[in-house]
Amino acid sequence: MSSVKLIEVKEAIMSDNDAAANDLRKRLSREKTFLVNLMASPGAGKTSLLLRTLAALKPDFNMAVIEADIDSVVDAEKIAATGVPSVQLRTGGFCHLDAAMVVKGLEAIDTASANLVFIENVGNLVCPAEFDTGAAMDIMILSVPEGDDKPLKYPLMFSKCRALLVNKIDLLPYSDFDMILFKQRVYQINAGIRIFEVSCTSGEGITDWTEWLKQSVNRFLEKP
Amino acid sequence: MHELSVTEKILDIVLKHARVNHVRKVISITLIIGEMSDLENEWIQHYFDYLSKDTVAAGAVLKIEKVPIVLKCNLCGQTMEIRREEIGGTCCSGCGKAGDFSIISGREYYIKEMEAE
Ligand SMILES: Nc1nc2c(ncn2[C@@H]2O[C@H](COP(=O)(O)OP(=O)(O)O)[C@@H](O)[C@H]2O)c(=O)[nH]1
Ligand SMILES: [Mg+2]
Ligand SMILES: [Zn+2]
Repeated sequence: MSSVKLIEVKEAIMSDNDAAANDLRKRLSREKTFLVNLMASPGAGKTSLLLRTLAALKPDFNMAVIEADIDSVVDAEKIAATGVPSVQLRTGGFCHLDAAMVVKGLEAIDTASANLVFIENVGNLVCPAEFDTGAAMDIMILSVPEGDDKPLKYPLMFSKCRALLVNKIDLLPYSDFDMILFKQRVYQINAGIRIFEVSCTSGEGITDWTEWLKQSVNRFLEKP
Repeated sequence: MHELSVTEKILDIVLKHARVNHVRKVISITLIIGEMSDLENEWIQHYFDYLSKDTVAAGAVLKIEKVPIVLKCNLCGQTMEIRREEIGGTCCSGCGKAGDFSIISGREYYIKEMEAE
């Protein structure tokens, strides 16, 4: 008869992805490529925000986009129309991107010359929160019609992002979205997050966001 | 949902430890998961049963221990446990302020231990 023994494992479930993500971050830091991971629900405005951001920062940076949202062939076309190179990742119905998939996507991008690359992650507020992509910065969009209670439902996502864009503020007059309560909820689980109120439709608030991003990228690029 | 790829990762780690420890059969696996994460117990077990067929981990029971969300007030140092629904709705039980907290626990996502023979 064999005896039952207890084996201490104490290992992070995501340890292999975390290691791959850290390797990628180091590599991109050497290559001076600032990678931004953009996450949000479907329809929140990821593509719209990218279009606004690319237009604003085109004079400043050499940019590229990795498209991973499931039904984003149209998105890729819209991005391509801006003249910024984009790669469509085949996620095979996956609910998230991991670091290995991002490495694959980057193969199609000339990271030696690109200094600002965006990932449009899969439209979902749950799964992408668990997977480190290797990005230098995680950001998210929450659009007004989704409601001010989302930090309660998806706390991990809200807790890990450096910046949060509250999009579709042009719809605030038609909604019961409570901005003060919403921000209180977000700050409680992420005191250091930057919140930008924007409308990708009217362009309101976009400059505050793009100027802040520009400063963040410049700081990264100037690091020795 | 991301349960399938998460389950693959769990199985990989379990099999690695099983090899190192010359295990014949894994009986149970204990996961520590913070309340901030979503992980459906039922699905994890379901996927695990499927993926672990023909391995030493076949038939192992997955146990999930949830860790509550604990915030620490950066102003007075008070710690407090909250439920998800209470996020943003609570003031510090020490100093009464609402603003400045750090997350002490609730983000855990690891394999604690396994029983094996
Ligand atoms: N009213 C309003 N609609 C917006 C705004 N931003 C995006 N939309 C619309 O929301 C829909 C989804 O936007 P899209 O950028 O494709 O979202 P994605 O799925 O996250 O990439 C489109 O019909 C956009 O025109 C905004 O600021 N205000
Ligand atoms: Mg899109
Ligand atoms: Zn306090």
